[in-house]
Amino acid sequence: MENKKAVLSIQDMNIKFSLRGQILHAIRGVSLDIYEGECLAIVGESGSGKSVLTKTCMGLLDKNGFIESGHIMYEGKDLATYKTDKEWEKICGSEIAMVMQDPMTCLNPLKTIGWQIEESLRYHSNLNKEERKKRVIEILTDVGITEPERRYKQYPHEFSGGMRQRVAIAIAVACNPKILICDEPTTALDVTIQAQILELIRNMQKKYNLTTVYITHDLGVVANVADRVAVMYAGDIIEVGTSREIFYEPKHPYTWALLASLPQLGIKGEELSSIHGTPPNLFLPVKGDAFAPRNPYALAVDFEYRPPYFEVSPTHKAKTWLLDPRAPKIEPPKVLEMIKNMERVGGVLGG
Amino acid sequence: MADKKEILLEVKDLHVSFGRGKSLFEAVKGVNFNIYKGETFGLVGESGSGKTTIGRAIIRMYPTSGGEVIFNGQKINGKISKELDKDVIHNIQMIFQDPMASLNDRAKVSDIVKEGLINVQKGLSEKEQQERVDKALLDVGLLPEFASRFPHEFSGGQRQRIGIARALIMEPSFIIADEPISALDVSIRAQVLNLLSKLQQERNLTYLFIAHDLSVMRFISDRIAVIEHGKIVELAPTEKLFAHPLHPYTQALLSAIPMPNPDLEQNKKVLVYDESVHDYSSDKPEWIEIEEEHFILANKKEASEYRERLKTL
Repeated sequence: MENKKAVLSIQDMNIKFSLRGQILHAIRGVSLDIYEGECLAIVGESGSGKSVLTKTCMGLLDKNGFIESGHIMYEGKDLATYKTDKEWEKICGSEIAMVMQDPMTCLNPLKTIGWQIEESLRYHSNLNKEERKKRVIEILTDVGITEPERRYKQYPHEFSGGMRQRVAIAIAVACNPKILICDEPTTALDVTIQAQILELIRNMQKKYNLTTVYITHDLGVVANVADRVAVMYAGDIIEVGTSREIFYEPKHPYTWALLASLPQLGIKGEELSSIHGTPPNLFLPVKGDAFAPRNPYALAVDFEYRPPYFEVSPTHKAKTWLLDPRAPKIEPPKVLEMIKNMERVGGVLGG
Repeated sequence: MADKKEILLEVKDLHVSFGRGKSLFEAVKGVNFNIYKGETFGLVGESGSGKTTIGRAIIRMYPTSGGEVIFNGQKINGKISKELDKDVIHNIQMIFQDPMASLNDRAKVSDIVKEGLINVQKGLSEKEQQERVDKALLDVGLLPEFASRFPHEFSGGQRQRIGIARALIMEPSFIIADEPISALDVSIRAQVLNLLSKLQQERNLTYLFIAHDLSVMRFISDRIAVIEHGKIVELAPTEKLFAHPLHPYTQALLSAIPMPNPDLEQNKKVLVYDESVHDYSSDKPEWIEIEEEHFILANKKEASEYRERLKTL
């Protein structure tokens, strides 16, 4: 951990939105280090703030949102103080790039694919027209698009969903960014295409030496891509650890519940474990542990005081009073043991 | 085995096409399957494979261009009498994919839920209607007070419950669920899946469950049909299909399921299905029962290969 260098460091971030005269506290004191070369997955339900957090790192916060306090440290600069588009232009695209969720809507239907990939090169590089085209064709080949010369001149509607997502990735990596943020890049795709795109992102990560931040609610995808996992709930990171720590030895009851509700762990004919209730209303102040009202293992203290991080290992920490030495010892649900003993289905890939 | 189970729905050589002349597109090309009473029949395939089209053709939303759909012993596709049409509406209901898009934003929950009912059962008094709506809402775990609210006041999971209540109020015997959970959050999915299985047990419902996610299918379906480009390529009881999938397309789909285990996931090899592995130029593929209740689309050469493989398992 001492040899790991944080490329991006989010410190005690508080983000609020003003909506119809009310204040919504979307991010409630998040601190997170993103290390060089790793793939970090941020998992959470919709509304947990995972997109807000990463969008803020790119200056894409909506107009009614504001950073109340906190810092985003990137190469000695505090991105949280950036106000104008001019300042962000130096970061967006060339330093930090993003792949959006829906490949059907994130491309411009009126411009050719080549033009769209070239766009960021025009802003961020000194290449001339010829060199830019050469570079675009090179990237198109990298992301696995065949006949790049011909595809260069085509429009988005001539591409399938998976192909468009490849183009979106090409646009993101065109300027050799240091950090690539993928916001649910495969949710809109079929499982077979999803697997291909995940593989592509992993290859691009190696080839371009990228640090990847992956936002998703699909824990299967997380297991596939992530070195480290951060679990978000109600605007806070409640547990963070290496991928194996989160899947094999989760500590927070919310992580337990999230894993246990996976249909992959369901036994036919038996009820699937589910999380009751709804996430807290972030317009109102949250007292104690935000998950307490839905938590079957909640202690009295959970309703009164917000838990701090308890360290489980140097890489693993969780915000739950269950880890306090005074707390009763509670075993995680039995079904979670299935995860460790899971085998590839179908015998297709046995051995 | 088969004679013990009562067939509820029979689909025989179903064809559905859109457009005509040059722009004719065959979405479903000759599909055969039976659905037994009380079971959950899963239909899996990628987008564009025709799985939704089959569901919609059964419920008469799309006209069929060939073949037969037989429900409770009566042919229900093509031209049918008014009474039978009413009967079909009563007995077959649908749950849609996106609860954000499938509810009318300007209608109250009570109006959404009772719309089908008042159109089919004319002459129900206000009070009776109210009672039926309240009951349907209670059945799906919502409070009757919600009836006077509007859809935007509800979360995704609750909206999907409203969609289910709208289907249940007709007291159907057969429900087509078209990707009912893919638009929902992970934590909500489990709730909706549990609700669907609870309702099935209480009311002896039969489901046609359409999805692209095989991990969900494994949990909910009794039998699964895998569809590819408008043709069913493999059909088997769930555990058989997962234990020894034979068709290369099924294998590719299975290999792509994301598993929540980092060691497995990071070492997995995804199989890519390539249609050219089949040589159907002279030896035409047929629908073959390769072992008990396990059907596959294969030609003679492939069938013998599959049989060999089954022996070694």
